[in-house]
Amino acid sequence: MKILYGFSRADAGEIRLDGAPIAIASPHDARRHRIGMVFQELVQVPALTVAENIALFLPDLGAVLDRRAIARRIGDTSNRYGLATDPDALVWQLSVGERQRMEIVKLLLGDARILLLDEPTRGLAPHEVESLFGIFRNLRGDGYAVVFITHKLEEVLACADRITVMRQGAVAGSLGRAEATTSILVSLMFGGAVSPAPRGAPATRGRETTPILELRGVSVPPEGHATGLTNVDLTIWPHEIVGVAGVAGNGQRELGDVIIGLAPCRAGRKCYAGVDATRWSVARLRARGVVFIPEDALGMAAVGGLTILENMVLGDTRKYARAGGLAIDWDAARTDLERSLARLGVSIPSADRPIGALSGGNVQRVILAREMAREPRLVIAFYPTRGLDVRSAVAARELLARARERGAGVLLISEDLDELFALADRLVVVFRGRIVGSGAPGDGASDTLAMDDVGHLMTSGSRPVRV
Amino acid sequence: MSALVRSLLAGSILSGTPLLYATLAELVGERAGVVNLGLEGVMLIGAVTGFIATVHTGSAMAGVIAAALAGAVFNLVFAFLVVTRRANQLATGLALMFAGVGLSALLGARYIGSRISGLPEFRVPVLADVPIIGPAFFVHDGLVYAAAPLAVLLWWILFSTRWGLEVRVVGENPVAAFAAGKNPYALQYQALCLAGMLGGLAGAHLSLGVARTWAEWMTAGRGFIAVALVIFAKWHPLRAMAGALLFGGAISLEIQMQARGVKVSPFILDMLPYVLSLAVLAIWGGARRHTAPASLGRVFQGMP
Repeated sequence: MKILYGFSRADAGEIRLDGAPIAIASPHDARRHRIGMVFQELVQVPALTVAENIALFLPDLGAVLDRRAIARRIGDTSNRYGLATDPDALVWQLSVGERQRMEIVKLLLGDARILLLDEPTRGLAPHEVESLFGIFRNLRGDGYAVVFITHKLEEVLACADRITVMRQGAVAGSLGRAEATTSILVSLMFGGAVSPAPRGAPATRGRETTPILELRGVSVPPEGHATGLTNVDLTIWPHEIVGVAGVAGNGQRELGDVIIGLAPCRAGRKCYAGVDATRWSVARLRARGVVFIPEDALGMAAVGGLTILENMVLGDTRKYARAGGLAIDWDAARTDLERSLARLGVSIPSADRPIGALSGGNVQRVILAREMAREPRLVIAFYPTRGLDVRSAVAARELLARARERGAGVLLISEDLDELFALADRLVVVFRGRIVGSGAPGDGASDTLAMDDVGHLMTSGSRPVRV
Repeated sequence: MSALVRSLLAGSILSGTPLLYATLAELVGERAGVVNLGLEGVMLIGAVTGFIATVHTGSAMAGVIAAALAGAVFNLVFAFLVVTRRANQLATGLALMFAGVGLSALLGARYIGSRISGLPEFRVPVLADVPIIGPAFFVHDGLVYAAAPLAVLLWWILFSTRWGLEVRVVGENPVAAFAAGKNPYALQYQALCLAGMLGGLAGAHLSLGVARTWAEWMTAGRGFIAVALVIFAKWHPLRAMAGALLFGGAISLEIQMQARGVKVSPFILDMLPYVLSLAVLAIWGGARRHTAPASLGRVFQGMP
């Protein structure tokens, strides 16, 4: 897709448009051919307004901005396709769904007729996905071509006319909607080798009387544009996976930060294994068995320029320190690393290469291996499977399930509702820094939460009224 | 007393003017995502070029134009290094600052002690005769009168024109500008060229309007005060006016106290504007996020 939009250049081959070969060397060329793209990591300017972000893409923008005309054109297009957008809102204040809609308006006003969308459903609640598909249908009716990339099969089957499966940089197969079924697609995706069916492990909950972690009335002041936390109560028992659902930016990061001690609680109490740990440092918590799998491994858990082995040691410098910290037991670290990588079923070329040279998925796997090697009592996992291919995602989930079986408490923060429903024993939903719902995943009866409930809680903070 | 107030006010405006030009120069560059610590050097090049041109042509107007052009050229060297060569902005800026100090001293060595009449003063009819305010605000040279309208013009350009929007987007997220089919490098060059002209004007006003002579390193750190003022102004041209006036006031106060023989060490007085800069940075600090252009100081590496 990046080649089609001119972000990357093809080494070989040609691109044809309406049968004629064209050259695309930059986004400028792509836009001249009326190709528009919505990137997976939305390329937007958060500090500017919606109108300003869209104006940048208007092909006929005058030298002096006519704000009223721009707002009117945004209004026209958004009404036509039901893409509600407020031109004067600042982009950082918008939810992911709103930003996604803005991107589509941007492409339409930018005069694109071929729309490339890279995983646009990520971070959207089920009903938002549904309305996005409605928009696709309208666009198709008006003669636009939509390329929709996703790794979720049911989404493909719900909205595509034609389906192309990619595997390891090559087209594994292309077929019409009518011939496609889940099993055909899966076999195309994995060459028929793996069955990625997620297994629901039974909760082997013991009879512990002390929760591993307890938050009581915890509040964190908001920082910058982020949300804080308001009066959060949360208990995690040993042998339990607690899933946190929510649209990104509703307090998940703050929740994790407060638990691992990165952010101080302004109010409330945090108890770890029955002991007041409100003011403990990160080091003290880690020393007592809290591990942390961050969303952005290279940003928070690994140092890109150091080797894989050095990063392994960095996870627990005390464990590998010898001679009072003057020497490091590299062999022990290497053994631990190899053992935990083997457990995860990951092979890496060499432990002496800089970790930054690995792909994002492999970095995440190495960090998972490192953190799990520490026999954790509490695991805080931030989107642990984001960016992993299905095979590694399954392995990562198994790792979390195994940590639970060994008696750890797990807080799983994810935006993949399927993952949460498959793994979690209990779900909490965060919205604007508060916990707005909790319950076991289920069909919505009595104390349980159905997927639809979670979707509504995520986006509006309340459950839909059931008739 | 009224004489003191009058000279303080007039002094604030006179000393604030080069600061305002310099602040606007830094502001344009930073809006495009480039921190220019070499501004001091740009100002000095502008100051010495303007002075030499005035000595030779006898026209202060020619001096002002020469200063703006020299500032732009000097800043384009900086642009080449940080935009095309992707060099570190801070290191490049500091190196260029010292290069500017040396080069301006070399060029100006023969002109130390030369006398010029400098920029002519215009008395605004009627208004200049109002007591206190009149002489303070309405007896100045042309660059003083042009400064505030220029700040307003720059505000309009940044927030109401397509070019301004594109520059701001480059400063916030060059990838977004690239994705929109714009050329981030070209926009940064344009912004830095404009910044160089403004920096040159700031220098010209120092040598032709304020001091009316040339002395080595006559900017005395005003280029760095301007960097602090951009933060004070939260990257907004209109607030830059208030900041420049405040700092001009501090400089003017220092001059007045020395002129009146107040018994304070002149070294302490010399520190006054810089202590004020420290105070501004301490108070403003990093308290408000997202006011600075998000991509400020980063080098846009282009697409793989």
